[in-house]
Amino acid sequence: MRSTRALLASAAAGTLLLLTACTTDTPTEEAPSTETSAAQEAPADSGAESEWFVQADYDRELAQRDVEPEGPADEPWLQAIEPEWVDTADFAGEDGAGESGDKTLCFSNASVSNPWRVTGWITMQQQVEVLQEEGVIGEFRVSDAADDDNKQISDIQAFVEAGDCDAIVISPSTTATLTPAVEAACESGKPVIVFDRGVNTDCMVTFIHPIGGYAYGAVGAEFLAENLDPGSTVLALRILPGVDVLEHRWAAADKIFSESDLEVVGVEFTGGDGAKIKDLVTQYLQRGEVDGIWMDAGDGSVAAVEAFEDAGQPYPVFVGEDEMSFLRKWDETGMTAIGNVYSNFQWRTPILAAQKIWAGEEVPSEWVLPQAPVTDADLAGFLEANADMPSLHYAKFGGEDLPGYPEAWTDR
Amino acid sequence: MTLTADTSRGTARGTARRWREQLLSGGSWTVLALLVLVLAVIVVINPSFAEPVSLMAFAKKAAPLVVLAIGQYFVIVSGEFDLSVGSLVGAQVVIAARLMDGDEALTWPVVGLMLVFGLLVGLVNGLVTTLLRVPSFITTLGMMLVLFGAIRLWTGGAPTGALSESFRVLGRKGFPDVPGQFQVPYALLVALVVVGLAVLLMRRPFGRTLVAVGDNAVAAAYSGASVWWLRTRAFLLSSFLATVAAVLIGGFAGVTAQVGQGLEFMAITAVVLGGVALGGGRGTVVAAMVGALTLEALFTLFNQLALPSTVRPAVQGVILIVAVAYAARRRRT
Repeated sequence: MRSTRALLASAAAGTLLLLTACTTDTPTEEAPSTETSAAQEAPADSGAESEWFVQADYDRELAQRDVEPEGPADEPWLQAIEPEWVDTADFAGEDGAGESGDKTLCFSNASVSNPWRVTGWITMQQQVEVLQEEGVIGEFRVSDAADDDNKQISDIQAFVEAGDCDAIVISPSTTATLTPAVEAACESGKPVIVFDRGVNTDCMVTFIHPIGGYAYGAVGAEFLAENLDPGSTVLALRILPGVDVLEHRWAAADKIFSESDLEVVGVEFTGGDGAKIKDLVTQYLQRGEVDGIWMDAGDGSVAAVEAFEDAGQPYPVFVGEDEMSFLRKWDETGMTAIGNVYSNFQWRTPILAAQKIWAGEEVPSEWVLPQAPVTDADLAGFLEANADMPSLHYAKFGGEDLPGYPEAWTDR
Repeated sequence: MTLTADTSRGTARGTARRWREQLLSGGSWTVLALLVLVLAVIVVINPSFAEPVSLMAFAKKAAPLVVLAIGQYFVIVSGEFDLSVGSLVGAQVVIAARLMDGDEALTWPVVGLMLVFGLLVGLVNGLVTTLLRVPSFITTLGMMLVLFGAIRLWTGGAPTGALSESFRVLGRKGFPDVPGQFQVPYALLVALVVVGLAVLLMRRPFGRTLVAVGDNAVAAAYSGASVWWLRTRAFLLSSFLATVAAVLIGGFAGVTAQVGQGLEFMAITAVVLGGVALGGGRGTVVAAMVGALTLEALFTLFNQLALPSTVRPAVQGVILIVAVAYAARRRRT
């Protein structure tokens, strides 16, 4: 029977696709089960009571926000907070290519699957072009793993096996799975530079990242606690569970909320999908008032604001990101808000770090970049500076002084 | 299958048995009962859901899936699949945002272009399936990947631009246009018009031969039906309605990188839930619509129950399998 076979096949295929859709590298074995009751009882697999919360890291990151970074103030991508400098003289001038330049720089990218990564990727390419014209970089070799851990592992292996990479830059897609691949790259003797998400090893020459997820989550939660009356309700919107940077954001926020007088009415996963965000917020508004929105990333924040508009409700106190669509909406509506920043300019730093390493200059072993939110005070400045930028652009992209500015970012 | 119960003969007991049979038959009545049950549970948990404002918000959210499910219905009833609709919705929203970039004057030209693009995708799906004899499962799976990849290539990975305000009216607004008050969403009207036209179409010779083709393509061909052209038109309808759904979804929430993801499985689940047989030849438009509403209601219920979103794909998979098993059970007996 043709129809029966089709039926069986499709059911099987459908299940497979659906099942594989949720089997990514998720360190927690079981799915979160009690998000919405976060206010009453902290769930064990997310938030301040979970294994994701490390008090020492939390304290360090919160303190780092107030540390004056070393380095030029007008080039935040070269600044470092509390750096521990490491000597790179061993890497200078080795490997036939010589000090004269024309180095081959290899970059294993996790993906360009969200606007934040696309913006950073453009900035990185512009920085590479500058160094290519200066004759520092000969070839820039790139592999895009499209969010696939296995593909990224083989991408890194290919770089190692090719043997002609003078430095390997890695932006890991997930923490635990990529660690052995990064270690293998380190063992090849080439300088390895990791940025954005971390791995569980310190074998790389430098690990570049902004202050981190705890600081990010705390900034928004503190803003809500300061700007809302005690007893106000807060809805937390998260993209997905199980990614360390995102879990840290929520863990820090959860801690601050639990110590404040705010009531968290819900914690929802949205996948960053605007339609889902709008639907969720609309449903919460049907059930009761929501005074504040905390988001772990800016994707789709405008849809959440629109849900309040369409429901005829007053604007909430809003924690968004430095994404242009949100900054513009914020300006337009005049709501009380803050634009969190996960410094997009960090995409420039690995390229400049490679240049320093080849030249034998010292780099920080852990290169902590500044991470300051967009506030009401500097909103106008960022809007003006990025007036021509598309709506899914990030205000703190840090490429204004590169030769391709602004066309490279406006005509993407 | 008929939606009206035949109560002209038999005793009260016979009528009761007939009702029970129909409720358990895996057809439209089962899903209608499920819809009523799910809505009732939601109202018990959250009485404010029964308020007209909330119901209209639900209708606005569900309208795109209803439109999409009806498009999928045409293809499935003719014995094929269309897995490309989710990618197509995503592609259309991204294309619209990039081309109009918030410019009101470009709204209608871009909508026109979207329709042309949608029909082109449908035509390719249909002709490759019917004339090149590539199974539609493969054709549309390929189309899904082609669209997904092409859009990524074109945009450099993530969407740019913005949708104009007038583009967003259909999916976002309603009348009277007072936020927070009762309003009839335009999206609901669009969905009703689509349902109405689809019901009419299925009563016309086109609809009847389409079902016949799905039931037995060889017999239909011997009786003079142009099988390839009927199926191609089903794909055209599916892509056209996916474009309409794209206008509604883009209007509802604007452009994000994730728009459209997984919608093909939502649409297929909705149609199957409505008791439309995979493999074709059985099921009604109205059942597909009720299936879509039930699926949306289930997701609303999951929200109310605070069921973690990580569990939802698994639940959707179970629903898909149970619905198909249920439909198959009826066929055996």
